[in-house]
Amino acid sequence: MKFETPATTNPIDQLKVVGQPLDRVDGPLKTTGKAPYAYEQHEAAPNPAYGYVVGAAIGKGRISSMDLGQAKAAPGVLAIITAENAGKLDKGDHNTAKLLGGPEIQHYHQAIAVVVAETFEQARSAAQLVRVKYEAAKGSFDLASVKDSGKKPKEGFGGPPETAVGDFDKAFAAAPVQLDATYTTPDQSHAMIEPHATIAAWEGDKLTIWTSNQMVGWGVGDMAKTLGIQKENVRLISPFIGGGFGGKLFLRADALLAALGARAVKRPVKIALQRALMINNTTHRPATIQRIRLGATKDGQLSAIAHESWSGDLPGGEPETAVSQTRLLYAGANRLTAMRLAELDLPEGNAMRAPGEAPGMMALEIAVDEMAEKLGMDPVEFRILNDTQVDPEKPERPFSQRRLIECLRTGAEKFGWDKRNAKPGQTREGRWLMGMGVAAALRNNLVMKSAARVKLDKSGHITVETDMTDIGTGSYTVIAQTAAETLGVSLDKVTVRLGDSTFPVSCGSGGQWGGNSSSSGVYAACMKLRAAITLKTGLSATEAIFADGKVSAGGRSVSLAEAAGDKGLEVEDTMEYGDLDKKFQQSTFGAHYVEVAVDSFTGETRVRRMLAVCAAGRILNPKTARSQVIGAMTMGVGAALMEELKVDKKRGFFVNHDLASYEVPVHADIPHQEVIFLDETDPISSPLKAKGVGELGICGVGAAVANAIYNATGVRVRDYPITLDKLIDQLPAVA
Amino acid sequence: MKPFTYERAESPAAAAGAAMRHPGAKFVAGGTNLLDLMKLEIEEPMHLIDVNGLQLDKIEPTPEGGLRIGALVRNTDLAADERVRRDYGVLSRALVAGASGQLRNMATTAGNLLQRTRCPYFYDTNQPCNKRLPGSGCSAVDGASRQLAIIGVSEACIATHPSDMAVALRVLDASVETILPDGTTRTIPIADFHRLPGDTPHLETVLQPGELITAVTLPKPLGGTHIYHKVRDRASYAFALVSIAAVIQRDGSGRVAVGGVAHKPWRVEAAEAELPRGAKAVTERLLADAKPTKDNAFKVKLVERVLGAVLAEAKGA
Repeated sequence: MKFETPATTNPIDQLKVVGQPLDRVDGPLKTTGKAPYAYEQHEAAPNPAYGYVVGAAIGKGRISSMDLGQAKAAPGVLAIITAENAGKLDKGDHNTAKLLGGPEIQHYHQAIAVVVAETFEQARSAAQLVRVKYEAAKGSFDLASVKDSGKKPKEGFGGPPETAVGDFDKAFAAAPVQLDATYTTPDQSHAMIEPHATIAAWEGDKLTIWTSNQMVGWGVGDMAKTLGIQKENVRLISPFIGGGFGGKLFLRADALLAALGARAVKRPVKIALQRALMINNTTHRPATIQRIRLGATKDGQLSAIAHESWSGDLPGGEPETAVSQTRLLYAGANRLTAMRLAELDLPEGNAMRAPGEAPGMMALEIAVDEMAEKLGMDPVEFRILNDTQVDPEKPERPFSQRRLIECLRTGAEKFGWDKRNAKPGQTREGRWLMGMGVAAALRNNLVMKSAARVKLDKSGHITVETDMTDIGTGSYTVIAQTAAETLGVSLDKVTVRLGDSTFPVSCGSGGQWGGNSSSSGVYAACMKLRAAITLKTGLSATEAIFADGKVSAGGRSVSLAEAAGDKGLEVEDTMEYGDLDKKFQQSTFGAHYVEVAVDSFTGETRVRRMLAVCAAGRILNPKTARSQVIGAMTMGVGAALMEELKVDKKRGFFVNHDLASYEVPVHADIPHQEVIFLDETDPISSPLKAKGVGELGICGVGAAVANAIYNATGVRVRDYPITLDKLIDQLPAVA
Repeated sequence: MKPFTYERAESPAAAAGAAMRHPGAKFVAGGTNLLDLMKLEIEEPMHLIDVNGLQLDKIEPTPEGGLRIGALVRNTDLAADERVRRDYGVLSRALVAGASGQLRNMATTAGNLLQRTRCPYFYDTNQPCNKRLPGSGCSAVDGASRQLAIIGVSEACIATHPSDMAVALRVLDASVETILPDGTTRTIPIADFHRLPGDTPHLETVLQPGELITAVTLPKPLGGTHIYHKVRDRASYAFALVSIAAVIQRDGSGRVAVGGVAHKPWRVEAAEAELPRGAKAVTERLLADAKPTKDNAFKVKLVERVLGAVLAEAKGA
């Protein structure tokens, strides 16, 4: 099916199943421990050997010698794989650095060996006996000091590296009210609870990996490319994923080393990447330095907007596209955006939940708050005044839906924004300084080609198969809802099978496109099944009504079981997209409201209340969508207040590489959270009229917290995270 | 983890004796710190002596009117003890400010005193660390040191002691009772129990080889207002940037010990004389010789401000 014109009325609009706040269909499996995660595929791959990864001990340089003698002689050791004995290895299209390093070391904790042994403990113990000598080389580890060497990156996911409209310099110079400020965001880690983990097994020249991966198709392709084998010889199975946040979009060392280990020892090998390695061995969200200049008329119309962002990555890497949202969020005739990418020898940067917008909005939405204050305007009203219904860089492109104003207004009313004192540092509750902050949220809605297979068996049961993944988002559930709605059956008549590369290729889970795009693929397949059913039963395809497990037309009714017959029916289809996303700008919108209390003595910030109002098309399942948004809001609080990979600029690595020292919010940090979804459909997006929502929830949260801290204390912090040391010098003196 | 042998000790004296017979042996009780460190091969004991069966798990009154806390009393039980909550509130509050419910259920009184630093370089076996590998150097001095010590530091080590409980014990002037391998016992004032790093940061306490902690005793109650104020980047489950244990009397006199700033709970009795003159005056004496890094210089100011909060709370109470 090709989606080329806006959706009209279709079976999804019945909303008997879709749009309902249903429990996750995979919930009981997960709460009873019966959902097998990658490392737990005991039945699928019995009698595995265990791999333990050795990570490089330097940030950049070469291995001068490696002595495996003692380790090989250790009890239980079956094999040790290094770059020297692994055979020829290529590099995956989605990898920047090699997954098995040596002799050249590209970053700290780059895998340089895997020790395979009979037990995990033996592998771990022997790994400590691998003796490595290095020649360290001088590397670049400090973004601030190499920023000016940054080059214009090539065009990637985040659009062109530079854009310009009108004459920014002239308009900015002429603007009666100006803001010119620089903001920084630190390197951050996905810190998902399930580590990267894989069991690999070979049967002849065919490889099967049970792994934890968001993008089955990418994983198959990059495994095949890295090993130099045919894609058809790689099967990737990833039915359950314990969190990914972008950290599991790619083939990583656990999967490659398990495959190499299994080939060497001729039996299955399982590897869970050690927690201490995860942060430096895998990808992270890169740090940014962002300069924002805004020019406005005295009555608050933005006339000039410039956003420049610097980030770093290993040679061949990509920028953090932190200027993306600034191209779209506010009106203004004269505009400039630019990204620069410097070479750094830190571990490779890549996507983390809302790449680009998450750190970009952290800066932009403070800048907007600062500008509103300079203008003496309420920050909600300032945003509303500068709203646009068209792409400001290409005014011929309208937004498919844009209800940012309604998000802001609804939020202001529900949150009690009118109780905020616009003058900072005025509201006290005992020793606490109280403040409220607001930020807009924008995250683009991407649509991706996605295929599915749908089977109807003789009992009338539906089975959906697609290589889509569920990273905790609720994919199983919204796909089941889509199939049940389209085919007129109850949810318990649908089984969804995901995460297997033998299933049709889906869009995968990333960029908040997963829910809408994968369900649209399932919709296409279900519509094809409807056609097959009417053809087989001789019922009129145009009149047929699918409801209550039956298809009816012209006064005749046939149960789906009967229609299936003994052989059943099976169809496959792919949802593809025309150019609606070129003609229209598709984005999701929101408004975040936050109240904080800052301890006037210690500068500790505690979030008191949070509200997100989201306009993100049809919400396929308000319960799973809400979970996504509150999870993203929680992550936004982490980004605002505590998350920072600390760079050792001399030795070249992220020092706080465990969950004790890389702090993410705990329950005590997170207060009452409320989420409101505007009642919306977007027929430009897909037949489901839905959009993404899982990343929208984090966009802007950090800035809303920062703006609330400013409102509470009068201290403007432009460097995240906003830890107490950045506040205490400017808080009221203590007796 | 290196292979090790294991035994269950029958008595405190037998445990201490066994430790002498097995060089490099370690006692294990709750295991909340030791087992993690063994998995990372930061601790590599050849022999473990399990002391959990030694029945050192009672809290009893002392003839002097204090409390004797068995070495194996779990942190959860100690924090919840009615006498501790009534007479030594600062201790109860310090305990519940630390770790998590699960960890406190396992962690023991003696083990809490003996936990190792959380300096990230101590945990990364690729990096030099004088505490982990004496003589190898200190990576933290010119590395990431925001969490680390500001006072009592040496060129060899700027690690902090991570315990909350120990800070409260220091303000209460507790004593540590031990038994030595020869069967003799001794009592060590908490002030003398932990060492400053100097040139030997791998030596963290004054315990002799094989010496086993059997109890911690608290002198008779001090009265006053008991406060434990812990400051950290997240609201729970984090080590202190700075913590203050304080017992403040109605007349404004009192005692103050600081955590998160040194290799041991930091207390300067002379500084307490400044209490009536406020937080700034006390802090100036308390941290007179502070040598912070660029990363953790804020802790000097933070101590003053946390102490300000403590004194304000005491006044209000």
